[in-house]
Amino acid sequence: MADLDLAETFHDPVAPMPTAPARRFSGWSAASLVIAGLVGAPVLVVAGHLFAPSGEVWSHLAATVLADYIVNSLWLMVGVGAGVTFGGVGVAWLVTMCRFPGSRMLEWALLLPMAMPAYVVAYTYTGLLDYAGPVQSGLRALFGWSSARDYWFPEVRSLGGAIWVMTMVLYPYVYMLARAAFLEQSVCVLEASRTLGRSPWRAFREVALPLARPAIAAGVALALMETLNDFGTVHYFAVDTFTTGIYRTWLGLGQPAVAAQLGAVLMVFVLGLVLVERMSRGAGRTHHTTSRWRTLPRFRLTGPRALAAQVFCCAPLLLGFLVPAATLAIWSWEVGADQLFAADFAGLVANSFILAAVAAGAAVLVAVVLGYAQRLDPSGLNLGAVRLASLGYAVPGSVIAVGTLVALGFVNKVVGVMLIGSVAALVYAYLVRFLAVSFNAVEASLGKVTASIEAASRTLGKGPFATLWRVHVPIIRGSLLSAALLVFVDVMKELPATLIMRPFNFDTLAVRAFSLASDERLADAAAPALAIVLVGLVPVIGLSRAIARSRPGGGE
Amino acid sequence: MTEAPAETCPAGLYLDAISHSYGARPVVQGVTLAVPPGQLVCLLGPSGCGKTTTLRIAAGLERPSRGRVLLNCQTVSGDGLHLPPEARNVGFLFQDYALFPHLNVAANVAFGLDKMARADRAQRVVEMLRQVGMEAYAEAWPHQLSGGQQQRVALARALAPRPRLMLLDEPFSGLDKRLRDQVRDETLHVLKSSGVSTLMVTHDPEEAMFMADSIALMKDGRVVQMGSPEELYLNPETPFVASFFGEVNLIPVTVRNGSVDTPFGPVAAPDLGEGAPAELLIRPEGLTLVPDSAGIAEVLASRMLGRVSLIHLMAGGLHLHARVPGHFMPAEGTRLTVRLDLSQAHVYAAEPGNS
Repeated sequence: MADLDLAETFHDPVAPMPTAPARRFSGWSAASLVIAGLVGAPVLVVAGHLFAPSGEVWSHLAATVLADYIVNSLWLMVGVGAGVTFGGVGVAWLVTMCRFPGSRMLEWALLLPMAMPAYVVAYTYTGLLDYAGPVQSGLRALFGWSSARDYWFPEVRSLGGAIWVMTMVLYPYVYMLARAAFLEQSVCVLEASRTLGRSPWRAFREVALPLARPAIAAGVALALMETLNDFGTVHYFAVDTFTTGIYRTWLGLGQPAVAAQLGAVLMVFVLGLVLVERMSRGAGRTHHTTSRWRTLPRFRLTGPRALAAQVFCCAPLLLGFLVPAATLAIWSWEVGADQLFAADFAGLVANSFILAAVAAGAAVLVAVVLGYAQRLDPSGLNLGAVRLASLGYAVPGSVIAVGTLVALGFVNKVVGVMLIGSVAALVYAYLVRFLAVSFNAVEASLGKVTASIEAASRTLGKGPFATLWRVHVPIIRGSLLSAALLVFVDVMKELPATLIMRPFNFDTLAVRAFSLASDERLADAAAPALAIVLVGLVPVIGLSRAIARSRPGGGE
Repeated sequence: MTEAPAETCPAGLYLDAISHSYGARPVVQGVTLAVPPGQLVCLLGPSGCGKTTTLRIAAGLERPSRGRVLLNCQTVSGDGLHLPPEARNVGFLFQDYALFPHLNVAANVAFGLDKMARADRAQRVVEMLRQVGMEAYAEAWPHQLSGGQQQRVALARALAPRPRLMLLDEPFSGLDKRLRDQVRDETLHVLKSSGVSTLMVTHDPEEAMFMADSIALMKDGRVVQMGSPEELYLNPETPFVASFFGEVNLIPVTVRNGSVDTPFGPVAAPDLGEGAPAELLIRPEGLTLVPDSAGIAEVLASRMLGRVSLIHLMAGGLHLHARVPGHFMPAEGTRLTVRLDLSQAHVYAAEPGNS
């Protein structure tokens, strides 16, 4: 879901025009419906459990841990929501509206924490800040303390720690959307408010901020969806939330139906966020048409104010990216190459790459079929199919895993084909989770092929398939690749669904990092974690370059 | 594919009572139209009159909700059948030319020639590019071409597969005025020399008269008059047709004794009843002006427009425009005698919806 939003922000979404010859129900529509049914099924299965009769285990859960799940999830959302709003909006305002030494570099560098999965950051901070870590050891050496009784130090592995970690990696969602909103605001509005006697600060608070509110709300909603999706961090920090509850209910208690019921409750939370995001986006769109990129008047900061701005903007970059990345690099170095490669590291990399590549290819292929069917026949049926197929985009991976397993269990019962525990089932779950990411990118780029280009091919004797293959695909090749890349990285990072659905003894980088960290072998977990981060950097760098290019006004 | 009965089967394109609507909004209402073999027919009309939709129906890009489309006596739409565009062998020239951006000029022209042998295909591409004067650009990319060059390549691409019918959608509207005249002329000759039946959409009456063997003037989804350019210009059946082909002086009049009175003499109105309110339309070029101190008309202003001069007149209480060829600039207040060319004056029954 993270990258879904990137695609929307940086490709101009162009609505496909009703172009194609009016056709009766075609093979494309049929394919589109079948895909939508398959991809939508797991989510619908889980949603169905919202109304399932509650069994004994459920009553037990409800009486014991359900309240914890809800309270912890709510606190997480409140904390992360406040953190990403304050941090994301603050840095967005500073780098877009002010000029200080380093501000142009920060403009793109502030996105780098997006490459960090939250659980990886959680591991590194635990290693750095727990009792045996370098920070506390250093403090003890400095002040001559001998044990934990001598001083107070905040516990990293706590709800507060989880909020901290997630804020550090999720603020870029808010940063990115708020920055775009500030840039798109009419310069005149801001200047008018200045001439009407508002100080820069009051202009920000009374004009810029209210205008950017829809974009900020959308960014916060996205960050909170990721918060609810997180499994690695809360599991490692032993903070009981829905995702850990689902995992435990499924694997520990062996209660798929109850796990699905928990998932259904979690989906209610997510649905609320989706609605917030949708409505904000709708409201935000109205502003965007009023002005184009323009040179903004920048407040030039000097002296202590510049320093304060630098500290405020560098902190998230440092804490959310540089410190964890450096820590991972050092740990990997210390563990040493022999240990790193002696084991099955190459096998892990191969597993992760093959899974991610297959899932990315499938997601793009399916997205092209859906997008093209919708373009050929933009009827209610096809639009509905697309909606159904995109349902999974906000749904946490653990919920998707449970839904997929229940659906596949049903298939097993009816058809007698056992897919559970196969790589195919895992790819299917990824498709459910990430199809919307590729679909949005593909849909936006299909819009670039004009109606008349499509019609030209048709009148020159090419049918729908030949037209797709010989006209659309070559023209949108670049977008197809970036859509595949987005899915690839998401799959590399994905943890909960992989954990639940992977074949027996089938490890990926993310799973290995998770299990090593769970065994308190943080240094050994560093190499696979670093690999995930490095792969994740690729699209973030692409995004940063897009941001650098879109810098309004050019030179200064 | 059903064969239509012989008597209703003219060769070329035949649209038989075509209707189409987008949602609840009807855009084409019962259009019947024939494009005989080798002829060029223009669909002319203001924007939103349904002419482009009619063209897209002929191409198979839209499916008509009622009526039939016949191509060389073969039903391609209607009777429950709809041949998709790729199966019709029609050429379409788009307003934005729609060249494939990922293919060079030669590959664009070759796009519709899959079924040909490789050598024949290359030869056909060269032949088509030569015909439109673009043979030097075979390896160029669409974005390197000017608008006029893109238009020529698009024309070559559409004609390369020897279509049964050419369809042109405002093909010159993207070009500036000077280039437009030249490209229009070239396009006309290329189409005529290839002998293909052509249906072309335009909103520019001058362009339609330049290109067309016959014109179908559309309004609100219907054909209001079809005929040769001179028929439409000289014998417009309604005030809409008359005014669409150029500026007119509109004078409300009353029929007396089978004619209407004007300051310049009576105009016959044999079909209208005695005392009926009527509208007299006079083209500005139908007024001949002669300086005459006893004349009934007075010059309000004179303007040189290039090939013609426009004179604003006051005559018998009416404000009229006259267009005189060449340079003719009587001073303000000059008195003139006005003679009316009766072939440029038309009387219509006054109807609220007629103007």
